[in-house]
Amino acid sequence: MNRFAKSWMSAALCLAIGTAMLFGLPSVMDDYTLIQVTIYAVMSILGVSLGFIWGFGGILCFGQAAFFGLGSYTYAIAVMNMGDSTVPFALAILVPALFAAVIGYVIFYGRLSDVYMGVITLTVTLILFNLINSTAGPEWRIGSAPLGGFNGIPGIPTLNVPGRPDDVLSPKDLFDVTFVCLLMVYLGLRVLISSKIGRVIIAAKENEQRVLLLGYDARAYKLFCFTLGGAIAGLAGCLFANWGAFTSPTIFGLAQSAQIIIWVIVGGLGTLVGPIVGCALIQWLTTAIGTQQTFNSNLVLGAILLLFVLLVPRGIVPSLGSAGEWLLRKLRRPAAAISPAASTAALPPTEQAT
Amino acid sequence: MDLAVIVVIQVLYAVASLVIISAGLAVIFGMMKVINLAHGEFMMLGAYSVIGAIKLGINLWVAMLLVAPVAVGLIGVVLERLIIRRLYGRMVDTMLATWGLSLLLVGIVTSIAGNTTAGVSAPLGSFSVGAYSVSGYTLVIIAVAVVLALAIRWVLLRTPWGLIARGTMQKPDMANALGISPSRVYSVTFAVGAALSGLAGGLLAPLTGVVPTMGAAFVAKAFITVIGGGPAILAGLVGASALFGAINQLATFVTTPVFGEVALLVAAIVMLRLLPQGITGRFFKGSL
Amino acid sequence: MDRRSFIKTSGAALAGTTAPLFPLTALAADEMLIGSIHDLSGGLDIYGKPMADCMTLAIEEQNAAGGLLGKQLKLATYDPQSNMQLYAQFAQQAALKDKAAVVMGGITSASREVIRPVLDRNKTLYFYNTQYEGGVCDRNTFCTGVTPAQTVAKLVPYAMKKWGKKVYVVAADYNYGQITSQWVKKFVQENGGSIASIDFFPLDVTNFGPTISKIEAAKPDMIVSALVGGAHISFYRQWAAAGLTKKIPLASTTFAGGNEHIVLSAAETDGFLISYNYFQNLDTPENKAFKERFYKRFGKDYPNITELAMGTYQGFKLWAEGVKKAGSLDRMKVIAALESGISVNGPSGKVTLDPETHHCVLNVSIAEVKNQQLNIVETFLQQKPTDTSAVCNLKKNPNDNQQYVIKA
Repeated sequence: MNRFAKSWMSAALCLAIGTAMLFGLPSVMDDYTLIQVTIYAVMSILGVSLGFIWGFGGILCFGQAAFFGLGSYTYAIAVMNMGDSTVPFALAILVPALFAAVIGYVIFYGRLSDVYMGVITLTVTLILFNLINSTAGPEWRIGSAPLGGFNGIPGIPTLNVPGRPDDVLSPKDLFDVTFVCLLMVYLGLRVLISSKIGRVIIAAKENEQRVLLLGYDARAYKLFCFTLGGAIAGLAGCLFANWGAFTSPTIFGLAQSAQIIIWVIVGGLGTLVGPIVGCALIQWLTTAIGTQQTFNSNLVLGAILLLFVLLVPRGIVPSLGSAGEWLLRKLRRPAAAISPAASTAALPPTEQAT
Repeated sequence: MDLAVIVVIQVLYAVASLVIISAGLAVIFGMMKVINLAHGEFMMLGAYSVIGAIKLGINLWVAMLLVAPVAVGLIGVVLERLIIRRLYGRMVDTMLATWGLSLLLVGIVTSIAGNTTAGVSAPLGSFSVGAYSVSGYTLVIIAVAVVLALAIRWVLLRTPWGLIARGTMQKPDMANALGISPSRVYSVTFAVGAALSGLAGGLLAPLTGVVPTMGAAFVAKAFITVIGGGPAILAGLVGASALFGAINQLATFVTTPVFGEVALLVAAIVMLRLLPQGITGRFFKGSL
Repeated sequence: MDRRSFIKTSGAALAGTTAPLFPLTALAADEMLIGSIHDLSGGLDIYGKPMADCMTLAIEEQNAAGGLLGKQLKLATYDPQSNMQLYAQFAQQAALKDKAAVVMGGITSASREVIRPVLDRNKTLYFYNTQYEGGVCDRNTFCTGVTPAQTVAKLVPYAMKKWGKKVYVVAADYNYGQITSQWVKKFVQENGGSIASIDFFPLDVTNFGPTISKIEAAKPDMIVSALVGGAHISFYRQWAAAGLTKKIPLASTTFAGGNEHIVLSAAETDGFLISYNYFQNLDTPENKAFKERFYKRFGKDYPNITELAMGTYQGFKLWAEGVKKAGSLDRMKVIAALESGISVNGPSGKVTLDPETHHCVLNVSIAEVKNQQLNIVETFLQQKPTDTSAVCNLKKNPNDNQQYVIKA
């Protein structure tokens, strides 16, 4: 199963399914469901970013939401000031990446281990939350965009075709763009993982000492991994701002960071498809819980997280993969069962005499 | 002059409340290397047990100092048996499991108690320092923090249980060979840590709104204080609380509560960059 | 992989997918759907739950009276869990998937500004029933809550006459608190007073010790509080713990909206002045009858019927009147009917929809908190929403779509 997961065949399979969904879904789904799938896709990109840096880089970041929020705020402020959305789109990816690079430098070049890294990333996201949350006054604005504090920034202009500021994307176009981004992120990361840089990153996760002894500067590779994760999260943030036409400080909050971690755990740490599956499942669940009053949402999410950590620690996708493997082996075993009986019959009955 | 006295009292109060809030987490993390992210919810349970006890007519002080720790301690024992026990050694998994636990507890309490609950008002009136009045309860918090720190030190250093606990923490297999059951020690330690969290919640109930989500405000601060403190339980706890509490309150006086929080968080980052092992990784090494 | 872990995995996956219970949103031909988006969990649930309860009661009453236009009403309740993303998603769901005839919901002004554009885009009628800072000018939206020109304009002069002219303001740090505090400043200055300071606190702040010392240093005659939510209750606690409840009086535009007077003790709250459209102990026959029906449905020990809950009830009644007058559920016809000067006799008195602003003309009362009860001290009849009508005229500009903010 492991070999299949790592080979190009699994990547091709996932890309095939994804492309089929990209072209097939708009024709079967109405506008509303398409909008819902778009938000799942946006959040999946965010989930993949954490899944990548955690599962392959060994970096447990408690504050991935910080880059997500930075991406969405950067896009909102930039597009409200500039009008055309091409530069804001690029900025929404670059600014969080830069921020991640700075934090990454503090963490990795300070040789902080996982617990302390968790604290620092948690602290950073809390700082951002507290700062942005207190910008409600009218004096807080960047250019012509008020920061809005707790209210956030409503009415964010949507992405437009580069060069034509009036040609904005429709919900279906947004779905296409988001899904293409998701597929490209997935493909890009798969290529990276199987390249030399990717191998060093994974090796640094497994045993940093050995990597150092082999002559690679593990810190630089981890920094690169972390920065890339931040950039991808920023992309997700920009798409989120487009989806809802609003952004608010709660996306910097502890709850959002917790959600991302839950997606990755439920979906499967160590895979790229896992966070996508986990994200879609949990998002769907959260929405469904909100439409009924029998169960409290915290109760259900907490119970699910607990169950998964205790019973299914590897997550859905790897476990389903192993289940599939087990089934395949079971189907092949009856052919092998015949030979042991034949071989015992061929044994000379020497023991019976004595 | 009055203002200076007020500032000093407020700073001591901030330090004391950080000590009280983080004590439970420090015991659990320092002794068992378990990061209990349900710590805030243990506090919330302590606060709710105080309210429940008062409804039953129990005296406020008894409720805060006795009922809250005992109730939450018992809950801690149960949770340790059911959940934490299976995850020793897996630090990340315990973090996630306790996170799930915290969501679950919030959900359960919300379903049972609802969201509008009568709270408790602070006992003891106020007294004046010049033109300012200070709540008497503030001094109680400061006193309890001091007593708590001394009590932890006394139990760990001068009682047989403290010795057993410290020994098991350092070398569990050796303790096992000597006839001590490490799982029992872990159970009791977790229960004690939970009880301390419950005590903190009970003590803070008169000062904050008691709602099922009150734990979230504290868990981040406690987490940062404990990790910033470093490996030594008590010295780290007191040291980190002193540093962060002072910075927080002084910044709040100069600016607003929000920037006070931000100052605390920035100080934590700077400190962790300079002292990656926490305060007691460098200073007071080897102390308790 | 052995059998045990396979069963565990599939069991967990199955549990995960079948845990929630879907409401049946498939409508029968003789039904219409009403959407309710109120927080029932998370930090804002103290406000949301009474509002959702009042909606349930209103719809049940309407159905018992034969429904509307011959159809029965079906209520779809969405709980956004104090999460903005879910507000957006549920607004989309109500409009696009469940095709609600009207959506009533949103508590904080932030959540309203997330719902409003979504419902505008998807042509679904929106009623915002929470008291707020005024200024929303949108043909698709009707605001039935009180605004500063109705409450603050009466509360501040009354308090100043009683207590003095120097005012210290503490407010929640988001658009409601920011804008309301500007209105407070305006009315204080109009009445010859002065503002000592305006301090803002984000919704999760619980540490008010240094603030309280600052207030003491400023020596104001009174405090005006626009604090919101569960965390801000700690201000009142700490204020009382410092013994200041008896020394410096307090008026508030938000107190008791979340039953704070029940959560806190009498000693902590005696003497507070508040101003709303509705109080539980209003002495009118409609209110008596309403309370009987309410307690019968929800139990006699319901803590308090809040202003926000009543806003929701009256909002629904107004909408129902509009539908009856229009004779159809078509959005533009209902809007036209609502703009023809509709009024209902609610438990708080006569409530009239002002056609030019889509806000309400309401009775406003000032009450004093005593022994955890709200005792009405003065009532002002039929107050107009002058703050919004100064900037908004939908008859002249029907395509207006924004929230006007008072200039500081």
